[in-house]
Amino acid sequence: MSVQEYTPQAFHRQAHDALGNPQIRANFRKAMGGLMDKRREAFAEWDLETLRELGANIRLRALARLPDLLETLETNCQANGIQVHWAEDGDEACRLIAKLCQEHGAKQVVKGKSMVSEEMHLNAYLEKAGIKALESDLGEYLVQLNEQTPSHIIMPAIHLNTDEISTILHDKTGLERSRDVDFMTAAARAQMRERFMAADVGISGVNFAVAETGTLCLVENEGNGRMTTTVPTVHIAVTGIEKVVEHLRDVPPLYALLSRSATGQNVTTYFNMIGGPRKPNEHDGPREVHLVLVDNGRSRIYQDNELLDTLRCIRCGACMNHCPVYTRVGGHSYGTTYPGPIGSILMPHLMGLEATKELPSASSLCGACGEVCPVKIPIPDLLVRLRQEAVGEGRGNVPGAGVKRNRTEVAAWKGWQWLATHPRAWRSGTVIAGKLRALTPSKLGVWTEHRTAPKPARTTLHALIKRHRRETNS
Amino acid sequence: MSARDNILRRLRQREDGPLQAPKSDFGVMTGRGWSQEERLARFERLITSVHGEVQHVSRENWTQSLIELLKTKSIRRLALGKTHPIAQEARQALATADITLVDVDRPIEDWQREQFENVDAGLTSTGGAIAETGSLWLWPTEDEPRLLSLVPPVHIAVLEANRIEDTFYELMVNLGWSKNMPTNALLISGPSKTADIEQTLAYGVHGPKELIVLVKN
Ligand code: SF4
Repeated sequence: MSVQEYTPQAFHRQAHDALGNPQIRANFRKAMGGLMDKRREAFAEWDLETLRELGANIRLRALARLPDLLETLETNCQANGIQVHWAEDGDEACRLIAKLCQEHGAKQVVKGKSMVSEEMHLNAYLEKAGIKALESDLGEYLVQLNEQTPSHIIMPAIHLNTDEISTILHDKTGLERSRDVDFMTAAARAQMRERFMAADVGISGVNFAVAETGTLCLVENEGNGRMTTTVPTVHIAVTGIEKVVEHLRDVPPLYALLSRSATGQNVTTYFNMIGGPRKPNEHDGPREVHLVLVDNGRSRIYQDNELLDTLRCIRCGACMNHCPVYTRVGGHSYGTTYPGPIGSILMPHLMGLEATKELPSASSLCGACGEVCPVKIPIPDLLVRLRQEAVGEGRGNVPGAGVKRNRTEVAAWKGWQWLATHPRAWRSGTVIAGKLRALTPSKLGVWTEHRTAPKPARTTLHALIKRHRRETNS
Repeated sequence: MSARDNILRRLRQREDGPLQAPKSDFGVMTGRGWSQEERLARFERLITSVHGEVQHVSRENWTQSLIELLKTKSIRRLALGKTHPIAQEARQALATADITLVDVDRPIEDWQREQFENVDAGLTSTGGAIAETGSLWLWPTEDEPRLLSLVPPVHIAVLEANRIEDTFYELMVNLGWSKNMPTNALLISGPSKTADIEQTLAYGVHGPKELIVLVKN
């Protein structure tokens, strides 16, 4: 199955196309507006600042002890009968998972929603190994049928409207055309139930992995996550190494923040805490549970005190729902697994700036993302830091640092700096600029595509002030 | 070197040096101070707001209400445990009613399709509930396996009114969960739902379409 390709390199073209697509714009505007109100209401009874403080703090504590906690997690998972595997990157994780599937002779696997599996392109890898991976979250299922990738980390099919979904289900599964959401949902339920029964392996993500107890927590509304992790004989959970928390009691505050930030719900329908495979006396649940811990660039982000904040993310999507850029261009424009503000700071770490140099600039720096982030990630600061890295003025810690460096631009700013710190030159410069204003170009590349070019004023501000003073004094 | 050793080594030898772990103050998670009536009222208000149904039943006569419920919902095949007191009382009361009782004390492999296609409802006990979010908590056992609350289209859950905690945090801490986690612990807040089709809510996408809580008081 070939997937429609979007790339971060083509951000500008993709954003341009999305902006010219009234359907996409309407779908996103409608969805995101509602989510902002719902989030606000869900926190009405809370001292939100104190709760965010606690959330940020729990994540920071976990990161401060990360290597120890990962070892504790491993020990306690193993004690619970969960087999733990480690992967340096996405490819290694894919190989590990494919091998586990093959060892169990699996031809069909069902998948719960997992962003890290999207990040490592697991479905495509398994497909090449002759294993069909079927998404079981309704949104992911629709997106997969439509040969696309998710456009939002919480609501994968948010870019599609009812008519489009009806067409997809009709074309790909032969379902009678209908605008009735209950009818379509019931049909999907029936289609998916067959798949749960047929699957040999279930693959899921992890929302929180608890070191203290060796417990894997999954947050969901549909029940597909519970099906995926309970019906097949083997359950493979895959997660980034940053998802670990120290204590079981760290979970309720993060869960409270996650469900309210993501969809404005007080709580999700299901909170599933997996503590191991079925015991000999139990009658259902998988007979084997595996946990795959994936690094994929995370330990590199971990080296830098400032960039490290990115790893606090609990993947709630609130930053996207509140981002004026995301809500207009939609998730696919970014061309990356994680779109929106979090994607713009996380993807350069994971993919390098060569490929993603446009993303840190895909922001108005209005600050909304930082204000809503439940774990207080200073996203705007990180965007600025990455912009610096991209032009070679950061610490060079992000792969591809300096790719956006442009000699003319550097020289121009240097000249500007010199002028601005030499008053005499500045004064004569501005006077001359005023005289030569007719010669300034009317086209300045992309800048003037949607704007008029700036022109120096006839008279300088200094001269104006001087004249004003003279007039008011006399 | 293995991936494990490499990853741990990189994390331990951080360029910017060791990190300080801040202390966490969990005060915001506690101190609701609700009375038992308030807890129950809150639980009921919240779980009904997400499409759960609540029925108040009497401690002595709750099975009578169960029989009526099964009748109104046209439930003919009910799956339930055997040894939990709730299951035992239900079995006794239903022995004479026109209801087929489906045993769940057998490996799922032997009756998977039957459970997926031929059971009208699952009956389970609950460990208790959470007032703040309107959630039930369940620890599935060999008597009441994991899928009993998920696969049948209707889930009937029995809750003791005096087993409601203020918050999830307090539930966990007060009952010492971290010392003693089961193979699966669940919070359930309403029937299965999705909003993936243009934000329109639909119930029963994978799990039960209906969740009915019988509150014993
Ligand atoms: S960065 Fe913050 S707001 Fe955005 S997804 Fe992560 S936790 Fe949520």
